[in-house]
Amino acid sequence: MPRSLKKSPFVAYHLLKKINQMNKAGKKDTITTWSRSSTILPSMIGFTIAVYNGKQHVPIFISDQLVGHKLGEFVSTRNFRTHIKADRKTKR
Amino acid sequence: MVRLVGVDLPRNKRIAYALTYIHGIGLTSARKIIEIANINPETRTVDLTTEETVALRQTLEESDLKLEGDLRRFNGLNIKRLNEINCHRGKRHRNNLPVRGQRTRTNARSRRGSKKTVTGKKK
Repeated sequence: MPRSLKKSPFVAYHLLKKINQMNKAGKKDTITTWSRSSTILPSMIGFTIAVYNGKQHVPIFISDQLVGHKLGEFVSTRNFRTHIKADRKTKR
Repeated sequence: MVRLVGVDLPRNKRIAYALTYIHGIGLTSARKIIEIANINPETRTVDLTTEETVALRQTLEESDLKLEGDLRRFNGLNIKRLNEINCHRGKRHRNNLPVRGQRTRTNARSRRGSKKTVTGKKK
């Protein structure tokens, strides 16, 4: 079930504050954040936001297509390298 | 033979069930369509009169249902969008894995296809 419209989309307050400040100042710097669950708002377009994946901050550039998604959707917390092919010789 | 939105309806089925052969129409919407078109739900596709087929066609046109090609294109475009913005759901679509957070340790066979046995998995 989606979130109630009455509440408006969830954005971590500290992130929102920073973005509003930057928008007022007219700057567009990289913002590092741990808040993966924040929704991407139209006011964030053009920013580069570095989202934490549990290890490091991965920068993502916010374009207008990403509006409405969450920040965490674009930065995977899993690191999947392919499965190891079973080597028959070493088994014997 | 009745042809609606490019699909031949099966002859000997009751009309509501025949309508579900169209991509985008399930039983619920099929029943609604029949009600709007004023057709007796007991009738089979072969027994439809010309007026009834015309009524069916008209209700389908007036309804805001997305059908067949339109629906397929709509879904395809949505998936393509997810792929392009490189989000988690897009990645799951690309790798043919379940998109909505289901487990993949077991099951997930409809997305992943039939089993491939890995030799020597057990010790």
